[in-house]
Parts: sequence; structure tokens; C-alpha cells
Amino acid sequence: MAAAAPEPSATAAQPSRSFTFQGRTFLAFVLKPEMPTGRWLAEADTWLSRSPGFFAAKPVVVDVSRLLLTKAKLATLIADLGSRGIRVMGLLGAEPAWVDDDLPPMLAPGRAIDHEAPREKAPVVQAAAEPAPSSRVIDTPIRSGQTVFQDGDLTIIGSVSSGAEIVATGSIHIYGALRGRVLAGADGNQAAHIFCHRLAAELVAIDGYYRMAEDLPPSLLEKPAHAWLEDGILTIKALD
Amino acid sequence: MAQVVVVTSGKGGVGKTTTSAALGAALAQTGERVAVVDFDVGLRNLDLVMGAERRVVYDLIYVTQGTVKLSQALIRDKRLETLYLLAASQTRDKDALTDEGVAKVIGELRETFDWVICDSPAGIERGSTLAMRHADVAVVVTNPEVSSVRDSDRIIGLLDAKTDKAARGEHMDKHLLITRYNPVRAGRGDMLNVDDVIDILSLPLLGIIPESDEVLRASNLGSPVTINNPKSAPARAYSDAARRLMGEDIPMDFPTDRSGLFSKLFGRKAA
Repeated sequence: MAAAAPEPSATAAQPSRSFTFQGRTFLAFVLKPEMPTGRWLAEADTWLSRSPGFFAAKPVVVDVSRLLLTKAKLATLIADLGSRGIRVMGLLGAEPAWVDDDLPPMLAPGRAIDHEAPREKAPVVQAAAEPAPSSRVIDTPIRSGQTVFQDGDLTIIGSVSSGAEIVATGSIHIYGALRGRVLAGADGNQAAHIFCHRLAAELVAIDGYYRMAEDLPPSLLEKPAHAWLEDGILTIKALD
Repeated sequence: MAQVVVVTSGKGGVGKTTTSAALGAALAQTGERVAVVDFDVGLRNLDLVMGAERRVVYDLIYVTQGTVKLSQALIRDKRLETLYLLAASQTRDKDALTDEGVAKVIGELRETFDWVICDSPAGIERGSTLAMRHADVAVVVTNPEVSSVRDSDRIIGLLDAKTDKAARGEHMDKHLLITRYNPVRAGRGDMLNVDDVIDILSLPLLGIIPESDEVLRASNLGSPVTINNPKSAPARAYSDAARRLMGEDIPMDFPTDRSGLFSKLFGRKAA
């Protein structure tokens, strides 16, 4: 019998498709314990006695930014919550140096979705060495199905077609018809603005505050327009 | 130097195959050597529209796989000496097309012909991206209605991203061909008018083909409309478009509803 040459394994021939990952956004409850933690835990017990099992099997994040605790005390607090059936999946506002296998993972500041509660400005930690966001000018039309992302300000000389999506962390200027989706201030920049030569957008958003085509003022359609955030309200006015 | 033209649209049923046959025939009528290639593997139609369905022995897949030579698969038109057809396979699917195979066939066609017209399948998947991959020029076929215009817009984006020319950083020439244009319905607002379509797609206009029974009649007879009835309005519009593609400066003939007006004035005999 002839000796067969070893066949290259399937995994070596082509990259495996079973290992994939993606970023996703989930909703979680955020608990904000206060000092002294003993009294806060007692209040929590009172609350839990009225709604036992409320947090069972639910994702809970603990915001420790208001606590002045050592790492050991924090670990005790997490354990105390665990003994009450509250499993902590992540920490907000903890010392980055504390993160290790004993504590839940750190989370970046999320955004509150409770519209009634007063909004708190999430602490934005800017690293000093971070490069300044850049500007970009695109002088071709953006076609349906295309997505453009820019960390910084974005200017488009041409139209943005229906079915196209423009995302920028800064402001967006469109010298043409805006028929697609446009999202400015995408990483929490409430000072971002959107300008367009002709408003016929499918969606206009700044820092997550959005309006769909149906919510756009009909008087502004097909006209030059300017959108910005005013006290948390997405405002759109004609640009004269 | 051969020009490879892709006829594409994104949406189905807008007239890519009719246009490929009519433009190919119109170019051949001026004496140019033309090969029309059907890329719609599995749903081949171009052979029917060109009246060659009984003469297909070998198809594009045989050539890309190297089973036969290109000259064995090319079907010469019975009416025009310089017009050739390379049919698609009806029994295979688009996965049978390989990038290298298509590159080889297009390369060989470039050596023999002045024009290679690639009739793209609908959609934005493998078949249509392979049809556009090696093109020098694109003819984007659009009906004056919103879904066709949006799909064309999507295809234009792909032409700027997925072609060899785009990969080399070169500019791809793209032309807009509006088909099935009915001036009466556009005037009533039932259809987009020409200005709207050009405004949305911002491409130079190659021609406006009026909606006509002549087109349907020619397809069913298996004869490109430019051969079947060269005097008809759609045939003249296609011939003008072909001349513009060759670089001639021909004034654009905008279909108007004047025939409708005449028919109102002089009875029902017009058109």
C-alpha cells in the first residue's frame, strides 16, 4: 500500500468560521449603592422583602462611583448582593486598577434610558494623548447601501441617497440632498450639528436623539435645514 | 482597444437584457465587432431575445472551465456579421462562475472584439459582481420609478467599490439609460420624470427609451429592436445611445406626449 501524503487539515486550509464575535447593546439594571453601605443594604433588604426575586436572573450593573471603598470592601459588597440573589455582571466607575478576576468586569459609561429620571452627565474621561478628531470631506454622492463613518466632522459635497447612512462623532454638513439616514454626535457629543442643502431624510439623529422622516416638519422638506440639540430636544429649523 | 461594457440595474425586469441586445446590435450595425455575453447563469434569456436559442451548443461556463475554446462557444448572429453571442448556462447556477474563469474569457474577448457587452443578472450577488468586475464602462438601466432608482443607486455604489477599475483607483465611466419612459404618465406624476431620476442618481444620461409595444414585439420575435424595426422610436433611441457610447455627440431626444396631443387632435391614428 502506497504511503499517502498527509492531508492538510481543514482548519489549516481555511480559517474556521465557528469563531466569530460581534458587539451588541443590551439593557441592564444599574444599582447605585450609597455610603454607608450597611444602611443601604438594609434599605435594599426592605425593598426586596416587598418584591422578592425582582433581580433574580436579571443583568445588574453596580455603579460604585459614589462609594469610597477599598477593593476588599467592594468585593464584600458584591458578595453581599450575591447572597441576596443579585448577580452583578459589571461595575461602573470603579478604579481601573482594581479590575481582576475577583471583581466583575468594568463597563464604559452607558446612557440612561429612563426619560422621567433626571439625566446625569456621565463622567467623560478623556485621555490626554488621544488624537484630536479629524475632519473629512467627501466629494462624491453617497449611494444607497453605503455607510460612511467619521471620527470627527464630516462634509459631503453631493447627495446622500435613500438607504445610505452617514455617521460622525462630530457635526455633519451635506451640500446636496439628504435623503438617507444621518447620525451626528455618535459617541455622545450633544454639541454636534447637522446641516443640509435639501432635507428629505429618512432619519436625523444627534447623540441618539432622533426623528424619523414622518416626524420632520413638512414645511422644511426639500429645503435647506439645520438640526441641533436644545435641552435634549432635537430641533430642526430652516437654514436661510 | 476593446471596451467592456456592463449593462446592470440591481432590480430585475427593468430591461437589462433587452438593452444588451439592442445596444449590441446597434453597435454592430455601425460595423463594430461586438460580443454580447449573458452572465445570468441559470436564468438565461439573452439567447431568446437575440433569436439564437436553438443554436446554443456550448455556453459561458464551458469556456470559463476550459472545456471548450471561446471560438466554439461564440454564436454568430444570422443578421449581422459582426455580432456574436456568448450564452449563459441554463442548467448550472452562478456558483459555477469563477473569478479566474471570467477574467480569462473577458481577456480573450478583448483581443477579438471592439465591444464586449456584459448582460448582468439582477441582484447584487456573485453573478452581478462578476459581470461588472472587468468592465471599463457601465450602463445603468433604470425605470422611472422609485424602487428601480434606489436599486440603481445601490449598484452605482458597487460599481465604485467592487470593480477592477475601482480597485486600481481609476474612475469608472457610468451612464444612465432610462427605459420604459412614458411621457404621458410622467406628466401626470404617475412616474418619476427624467429630471428627478438624474437628480437622484447624478449620472450623465446616455438615452431615454420610450415605453413601446415595439420592444415587446421584438423580444417575442427573438430580434433586437434595433434590428427588428430600426425606424421605431425605441430603436432610434437605442441607436442614438449606442452612438453616444462610441463618443459621438448626439442631441438628446426627450420623448414628449406630443403624439398624444396629435392623436387627440387628429383621431387615434398617431404613434
